[in-house]
Amino acid sequence: MNEIVRAALVIARRDFTALVRSKAFIFFLLTPIVMLVVAVAAGGIGARMAKPPATPVVAVLMPSDDSARLIAARQRLDEAVDGLPALEAVRTATSAESLLRGSNPPVAVLSGTLDAPRLSSDGEGARHWPDRVRLILDQARHDADYRRVALDVRTIALPATPAADAEVDRSTTAQMGQMALFLTTMLLAGMVLSNLVEEKTNKIIEILAASIPMESIFLGKLFAMLAMALIAIAAWAAFGAAIGLAAGSALPSLPPPAVGWPVFILLGILYFSTAYLLFGSLYLGIGAMAATVREVQTLAMPVNMGQLGVFLFASYAVTHIGDGVEMAACIIPFSSPFAALARAAQAPDIWPHLVLLLWQGLCTWAIIRIGTTLFRRNVLKSGGGRRRRKATRAGAGGQGQVDRSGPS
Amino acid sequence: MTPPAPSSASAIVAEGLVKDFNGFRAVDHIDLTVPAGSIFGILGPNGAGKTTTLRMLLGIIDPDEGRCTLLGHDRPLSVAKQVGYLPEERGLYPSMTAGEAIAFMGALRGLPLAEGRRRARDLMEGHGLGYALKRQVRQLSKGMAQTVQLLGTIVHEPRLIILDEPFSGLDALNQQRLEEMIRAQAANGVTIIFSTHVIAHAERLCEDIAIIAGGKVPFAGPVEEARNRLRPRVRLETRAADGPWRAALPPGTVPQGRHWRFDLPEQGVEPLLKALIEGEAGIMSLSIERPGLHDAFVAIAGASAAADLARTSGSQNAAEARP
Repeated sequence: MNEIVRAALVIARRDFTALVRSKAFIFFLLTPIVMLVVAVAAGGIGARMAKPPATPVVAVLMPSDDSARLIAARQRLDEAVDGLPALEAVRTATSAESLLRGSNPPVAVLSGTLDAPRLSSDGEGARHWPDRVRLILDQARHDADYRRVALDVRTIALPATPAADAEVDRSTTAQMGQMALFLTTMLLAGMVLSNLVEEKTNKIIEILAASIPMESIFLGKLFAMLAMALIAIAAWAAFGAAIGLAAGSALPSLPPPAVGWPVFILLGILYFSTAYLLFGSLYLGIGAMAATVREVQTLAMPVNMGQLGVFLFASYAVTHIGDGVEMAACIIPFSSPFAALARAAQAPDIWPHLVLLLWQGLCTWAIIRIGTTLFRRNVLKSGGGRRRRKATRAGAGGQGQVDRSGPS
Repeated sequence: MTPPAPSSASAIVAEGLVKDFNGFRAVDHIDLTVPAGSIFGILGPNGAGKTTTLRMLLGIIDPDEGRCTLLGHDRPLSVAKQVGYLPEERGLYPSMTAGEAIAFMGALRGLPLAEGRRRARDLMEGHGLGYALKRQVRQLSKGMAQTVQLLGTIVHEPRLIILDEPFSGLDALNQQRLEEMIRAQAANGVTIIFSTHVIAHAERLCEDIAIIAGGKVPFAGPVEEARNRLRPRVRLETRAADGPWRAALPPGTVPQGRHWRFDLPEQGVEPLLKALIEGEAGIMSLSIERPGLHDAFVAIAGASAAADLARTSGSQNAAEARP
């Protein structure tokens, strides 16, 4: 085992240095800034596109007192009633017909007085606006007849509510934690897919396979990518914190998780690491089978969809803490980190996390072993012989000096 | 054939190695014993099973049948730190510097990086490449890159070096350097096993060889033993083209005008000379030639394997003029 870890660190060091020293890494670190700029730009465009159309205007051709009452009544009603037309008092002497035939005509013209109003419009307007205009007229007439009653509004300070509400709200923290974990894992772990392509295209894999255990190659590559991912997350977190400080209270605050923020953040880092290693080992195993970059790209889509499916399952488990669904989400290796982080947000116990972290580590190792076995069998064209070779050894009666201890 | 008895002085022992690929038997019950401290050549045309055999010896792939030990261990990775390997398909990380690439290959075999860097510098300078120490691999010529990889193979001072077609792609000068490097390593007690389809390299370097053809090993042993399998050839030139003395020529003599070629008779040339003199053949010249490794290869592996070998090595023959 020591030899496996030693060799893995040699690979990790090489890969990490190559990754971090490349110019592409700088662009990679800038990814969230680019995303933020794009999001802000898209938001601006969306807001512009979503701007409501101009409100229909009804011209009021009445004495100024009546016009003022109508406009005041319309303003009061506007808070409670949707779809009211805007009212625009016309000061110049003109007729309803000339207004409707003008260059920028209103949808209707209200003339006469409050006691004898008249609404003029075209056929469509005559069907659509009378009810709404009548509502405004009634309100204006009502305001004229009755004095408005002042409403006495009082605010009473109550003692803080018990934890029930907070517990309910913690599911929000759990979901936000899961979402952050999912996005970072999906963004970063997928890169592992193409990680062995360089070794295969440059024929370096032959030297590596003859020098160190295949598990060390996989593990080393995962360590390097994980280290790179943690650096990226640290940089992005610093960027996010700067924005948070700048935004101040404008940012929404989350209810504190059940284990407290420091432990929750620590668990978040640990669960990101295990999620990364779990998905990374799977991706590395799958990617190692691919012969070309094109094949890797083809594999990326189903792999991402699979990751999304696991995330949705873990999301469903957020609202079922302690149920069978949540237990299953914690046990199934790929959903386990997501479900466990949600648990940390909603339940204060620490020991389940120690068990789950150990479980996820074991699953990672098992996936690596499966991946390396498949790699040796399908890519290096080895395998199928170990069982027979052992049988041959047994038949040979242990001739010669035989080391059965494996790598030490 | 019966392999030589394995002993503690054997760097490699392989018994009955078999490897099939999708129903094709690439290696068919191969036995090999490589004496420690020797230069051992594996000869055979492309596709004969040389690389597959080496990969099985190194543990890169498992044999379907048979067993092998490397430096006395049946798990090659457990002695990886004492082994150097240069694969047929060369490979280096293009973005690494030459020095870092050598140190990295040493680190894979357990050499501390700092020591690897120091040795890389010494090796590069020793081979006249000190100026390229900090150059990226992608900036090196093909020959330089191959030299860098070779230096990476020996940087950790292994006890056993396995080279798969090491001369492939090298010009005559670099081939000569490589031969010198192999001899220098052997002089330090290192066992070297290399595969080649160029017989001249094996003939110049090896004490022992294995001939592989069609996945089998029809011969494994000292080069001298392979050559001694053939009778020496006699070349005779006579003044007379015919006469009763011709009856004294051994059966199977190949006539070419007044030139005659035949295997050295078991009783030697003296009785023949006497008959030629008495028959007044007029001996113009007579020479006895020991058969070369190529003749031995043809005799052992068969004409078709020899033809394959000649075909695959054809492109290299021009460059293999004795340095």
